[in-house]
Amino acid sequence: MTTISLNGEDRPLADGTTVAQLLETLDVPEKGRGVAVAVDAEVVPHSAWDATTLPDGARVEVVIAIQGG
Amino acid sequence: MATTAAAPLTIAGRDFTSRLILGTGGFPSLDLLESAIATTETDMVTVALRRIDAAGRTGLVEVLDRTGVHVLPNTAGCFTARDAVLTAKLAREAFQTEWIKLEVIGDERTLLPDAVELVAAAEQLVADGFIVLPYTTDDPVLARRLEDVGCAAVMPLGSPIGSGMGIRNPYNLALIVERAGVPVILDAGVGTASDATLALELGCDAVLTASAISRAEDPVAMARAIKLAVEAGALARGAGRIPRRLYAEASTTPEGLPHFGA
Repeated sequence: MTTISLNGEDRPLADGTTVAQLLETLDVPEKGRGVAVAVDAEVVPHSAWDATTLPDGARVEVVIAIQGG
Repeated sequence: MATTAAAPLTIAGRDFTSRLILGTGGFPSLDLLESAIATTETDMVTVALRRIDAAGRTGLVEVLDRTGVHVLPNTAGCFTARDAVLTAKLAREAFQTEWIKLEVIGDERTLLPDAVELVAAAEQLVADGFIVLPYTTDDPVLARRLEDVGCAAVMPLGSPIGSGMGIRNPYNLALIVERAGVPVILDAGVGTASDATLALELGCDAVLTASAISRAEDPVAMARAIKLAVEAGALARGAGRIPRRLYAEASTTPEGLPHFGA
């Protein structure tokens, strides 16, 4: 079992879960438009979502566009 | 750069037909936001990024895609260069754009920019290929520093964000405009239409406003007012106003005035 921090809250995941699989559990717009992911303060490009697995203890931030500015 | 009504606004090689950039913050509904975008005929709107669990599915992206406007993501809420740079990189990924409205705030109560962190972040982002539009104070020296590190425009405030206090120091704005080699965009403080007109009359190339429209009692009516105000200001700037005088100058010639005797 892997436990990550997702937007500041602990989240247990199956070992080897990828960024793409994590996002499937969230209500993310089609093709991830307006959405971005950082793992341990490094941006994971959309093109790498399928290939990037989340290690135990990873600090994951998933952000989405909101009204602002 | 001097504003002329005839020439289109160009920032970093991109032409804009509208000199009004709309902030999306504060609109009570997405329908009103979409109406305001249509009414202002703006080419570009700002968005912010927040954690998805707090934001939920907003529908905002769908509205923006439908209206076809350029998206200018911001780094609102960042207090350090480090956070602002990382947020800009997330925004680049989220919207596949190099454009970023850089905000690095130094004080929660006034939301005034932190000059030191702002310049540091701008420098890093420019080096990383971003087109950086920094929200800055109305300090002409800081504006010059931001231009020197490669920012594509400078965006001085008229007064604090959301204050609606208009342009508190027109003299400073005029100094920024006079020396700037990049577009100058008034970025905060607009409360009503006349504030936007004044910005253009002072030589600003564009105005960015959110609250003045989104928090007005009738946002769509105010959107139209500010659109027209921006156009009026650009026209007036290009037309060349008369000098201010202490005393009157008659508009009617005294020649040929009849004399009626004593």
